Amino acid sequence: MNTLEPLLAKHPFFAELDQPYLELITGCAANMRIKQGEFLFREGGEAKQFFIIREGVVTLEVHVPGAGSVTIQTVEEGDVVGWSWLFPPYRWHFTGRAVTGLRVIALDGKCLREKCEQDHDLGYEFLKRFSHIILDRLQATRLQLLDLYGTH
Amino acid sequence: MLPRLYRVQRARWDTDDTFSLELSPSNGHDIPAFAPGQFNMLYVYGVGEIPISISGDPDRCDLLVHTTRAVGTVSRAMSKLKAGDMLGVRGPFGTAWPVEAIHGKDVVIVAGGIGLAPLRPAMYHIMAQRENYGRVVLLYGARTAGDVLYGKQLQQWRAHFDLDVFVTVDRATDSWRGSVGLVTALIGRAPFDPLNTVALVCGPEMMMRFTTMGLEKRGVSTQNIYVSLERDMKCAIGLCGHCQFGAAFVCKDGPVFPYSQVKVLLTKWEI
Repeated sequence: MNTLEPLLAKHPFFAELDQPYLELITGCAANMRIKQGEFLFREGGEAKQFFIIREGVVTLEVHVPGAGSVTIQTVEEGDVVGWSWLFPPYRWHFTGRAVTGLRVIALDGKCLREKCEQDHDLGYEFLKRFSHIILDRLQATRLQLLDLYGTH
Repeated sequence: MLPRLYRVQRARWDTDDTFSLELSPSNGHDIPAFAPGQFNMLYVYGVGEIPISISGDPDRCDLLVHTTRAVGTVSRAMSKLKAGDMLGVRGPFGTAWPVEAIHGKDVVIVAGGIGLAPLRPAMYHIMAQRENYGRVVLLYGARTAGDVLYGKQLQQWRAHFDLDVFVTVDRATDSWRGSVGLVTALIGRAPFDPLNTVALVCGPEMMMRFTTMGLEKRGVSTQNIYVSLERDMKCAIGLCGHCQFGAAFVCKDGPVFPYSQVKVLLTKWEI
């Protein structure tokens, strides 16, 4: 039977993860297809998953009263999207919309949270890996706030 | 060195605050040969002189192109010049992108904002001698879609089968359908072999710092990264000291530096 394990094993996010952990994570993973224009997740909704984008482009949007939906970032093939499932109240802070047709691997956050609580080594691995992603996004956001290309 | 008299053949706004001047020598001679990455001192008579990178095709001997942003006294005066007006030109000055020395390599060009202007001559050169290079990738970041420089040319380059062009903006408008985010985010997904790649980087200094970090993280050797710096250049021949940067003068020893030479200096507050 084909599983998602080989795909996950090849992704940098899961690089050098112990085999038993990889098998365990595979048990929480599912393939998904999203049509162009559909939502991967919506701001305020329950954050039950995170996603690895296999193909396509997602816009991360926030609703600004009076201005409508504002795109703050796009994420593409290979990117990992979503960490709201890690922290209470487990609600999405942004909306993810498919700009193109999407193929993603969805990982069940609730399932993973329970496994991380049971095995803190796994939990630590997850937090380390997500910290990298969160750090990258934080740095990028700080630089965007600096308005580097503006007139100084 | 005295300025030579040039006539504006064409002036055009590239974006709301950035314009290009196409110049030709008033005596009808060819323009002096220049290498991609070099700059000229442009003199608006009665106002002042400023350094501006050459942004045109190095193979064209009849037309000198400069692109700059109207932000200071001289550049604002320059932005008001029209076809037929005269200005003074000294140069070309400074070091160049090592486009000849990198034959056989993959080339990644990373530009931010108006930093695309000094890299455009390198793009012209590389595209004219495409067979001498491996993969060629252009990563360009701008503030908004309206600030994207040389938009038509980017579209033309993007249509080439042997060139990968990625454009991203920091802030999206409703009409923008491309990438949103920092140019550094493009480095991870760009198609090049980091072990056989030379990167040419130009943009705001903060952007270059994070870009070089991204390139090194991807596996590009520090020795294979080149950056173009900007300082307060006045004389352009290393005499006045205005553009001193550590032991170097940006006008004479730069503006293009091997990143390995300036890496430590770029994070020193006292420089």
